[in-house]
Amino acid sequence: MTVKLMQGNEAIALGAIAAGCRFCAGYPITPSTEVAEVLSRELPRVGGMFIQMEDEIASMAAIIGARVGGLKSITATSGPGFSLMQENIGYAAMTEIPCVIVDVQRLGPSTGQPTSASQGDVMQARWGTHGDHPIIALSPVSVRNAFDLTVRAFDISEKFRTPVILLTDEVIGHMREPIELPDFKSVKTAGQVVLENPEDYKAFRNTASGVPPLAVFGTGYRYHITGMFHDEVGFPTQRLDEIDPWLERVNSKLEKHLDEITLFEEDYQKGAKIAILSYGASARTARHAVKQARAQGRKVNLLTLFTIWPFPEKQVEALGYCVDRIIVPEMNLGQLAFEVERIAGRKKVRHVGLANGEMVTPQMVLEKMEG
Amino acid sequence: MSDVIREAHGLNEGEFLEPRDKWFEQNETLQKLRKNKKFPTIWCPGCGIGVVMGALIRAIDHLGLKNDNVALVAGIGCTARMPVYMDYNTLHTTHGRALAFATGLKIARPDMKIIAIMGDGDALAIGGNHFIHAARRNLGITALVVNNAIYGMTGGQYSPTTPLGGKATTAPYGNIEPPFPVCELAIAAGATYVARSTVFHALELDKFLTEAISKDGFSLVEAVSYCHTTYGRLNKLGTAADMMRALKDNSISKSAFDKLPEEEKIANTRIVRGMLHQNDSRCEYTSRYAQILAQVQNLDVAEARRAGGI
Repeated sequence: MTVKLMQGNEAIALGAIAAGCRFCAGYPITPSTEVAEVLSRELPRVGGMFIQMEDEIASMAAIIGARVGGLKSITATSGPGFSLMQENIGYAAMTEIPCVIVDVQRLGPSTGQPTSASQGDVMQARWGTHGDHPIIALSPVSVRNAFDLTVRAFDISEKFRTPVILLTDEVIGHMREPIELPDFKSVKTAGQVVLENPEDYKAFRNTASGVPPLAVFGTGYRYHITGMFHDEVGFPTQRLDEIDPWLERVNSKLEKHLDEITLFEEDYQKGAKIAILSYGASARTARHAVKQARAQGRKVNLLTLFTIWPFPEKQVEALGYCVDRIIVPEMNLGQLAFEVERIAGRKKVRHVGLANGEMVTPQMVLEKMEG
Repeated sequence: MSDVIREAHGLNEGEFLEPRDKWFEQNETLQKLRKNKKFPTIWCPGCGIGVVMGALIRAIDHLGLKNDNVALVAGIGCTARMPVYMDYNTLHTTHGRALAFATGLKIARPDMKIIAIMGDGDALAIGGNHFIHAARRNLGITALVVNNAIYGMTGGQYSPTTPLGGKATTAPYGNIEPPFPVCELAIAAGATYVARSTVFHALELDKFLTEAISKDGFSLVEAVSYCHTTYGRLNKLGTAADMMRALKDNSISKSAFDKLPEEEKIANTRIVRGMLHQNDSRCEYTSRYAQILAQVQNLDVAEARRAGGI
């Protein structure tokens, strides 16, 4: 192992390669472009391929197409591109095609401020598509964490046949930190194994885990994939007795495996009545504020969420029981704080937010502890 | 099967005429249809899309391709429903995006024959950007555009190929937008094989599709069709049979067209059928990428392709 100085975006690209990703389709957009640049250089070295598509809609479509053809795939973008991708993220959710979408959040709405940081896409990551479906979003707090969560994103995407969003931000994406990377050969991620014969294969049937294996096109399993509601074989259907089982299976499949999906870190002190809950770049502010508060002799709990969707309800509920106040710093006007309020109750939650491209400061968090 | 036929034979819904199984056994084209799919198709009786489906199956057969090695990728619309009935690897995607999905699939499986099936609105309005860029890259995909000059599935709105003056539900006073010439657009964008025929000339479609699919690069076949239930009704063009006959009367083969005097060529309003463009000198995208893989990894091209595949 050697120590290397690198950006979050670079760590994401290398994490993808370590996870066995062999295809990236992308479109240039600040502040995510380095992911595409590094992958266009590194993928061919391991037999993988990169293509720069005509827009983000096409990039999202291409990575789904490549995964249907058997390649683990990734795309990276930022707010405006993430909005364009929603159409085909919905397609990936409907057809249960594994893929990883990196959103390096920048200040919005619209073109906003491309080089300024934000955490304004939290709700878009959850509800950006039309219709109801579960989604996974992971949010790294450091460069090394960005590498690890990218690997994890591929792993759970394959394991549960779902698109996974790596919801990072401009701060983590462009920040440089010295990190040690593991030997890529030691990195293991899940893959799909189909055991049935082609004639018995049903790509969308129910299984004990709720996740039927996905066969690769061109390997003898000829079947139909559609973004319409479909039966077990994949044919479009309008029958309620075929639509309802799909809804039931797909909307519960992540819930069944929350323990594997929900990643978080608890740094709790006995008797603390105040907690800080954060994620992404704001988690760094939170850590600093906790350090300062503790140095002044205050007892403070710190909950850092790496998985923000599905929202870690169990963990936040437990935290709500033991403290009187939960402070939520984030670079938006209160997106994840909504969820914390939903679980812990409005009275306990104090949101500290900025949506002007600046980071929340530890001082702003400390002020919320008073009064 | 229409209700009229069903009623005439005293059959319940879902039941078919006796000889149907025999058709399946004896007819090679029908053998390539999915037997587990609930027929009939969604197309209106008299629609031309079925003719194109038959031509496509025959073309794949002529080439002796294995069903496993063929993928059909479609967008949204009447035409895009075609793959569900056919026994290949079939991907029914989002509106306009068939070629973008096909791009990823082709890169992952350069060994497969990939056919993107689109209508005129799908390929040229919402999917216009993907269309020109797939042609520019010379990706090894066959684009099959069934051009019926209207949005049929949504009920007859004008499309980028609706004739000037034609009436549509969103152009009640006549269309004021000039139509795209589909083939010429693909040629300008860099397609390496471009041909056009109509659903009246089914055997010609067979031939062009066979040639197009056999090519390595981006190929386009435009199958000119009609929509008697929307465009035909709004513009008083008669029955499906009348509109089919009009395709015969209002088209000219490229060889006959080439012999016309210059003034007549310029004044021509008939559909020119034929192989319009061929350029075998451009390298196909995934082949070129394989060269990069070989160069970067210090392998020969075949090894690099194997290492990059699954």
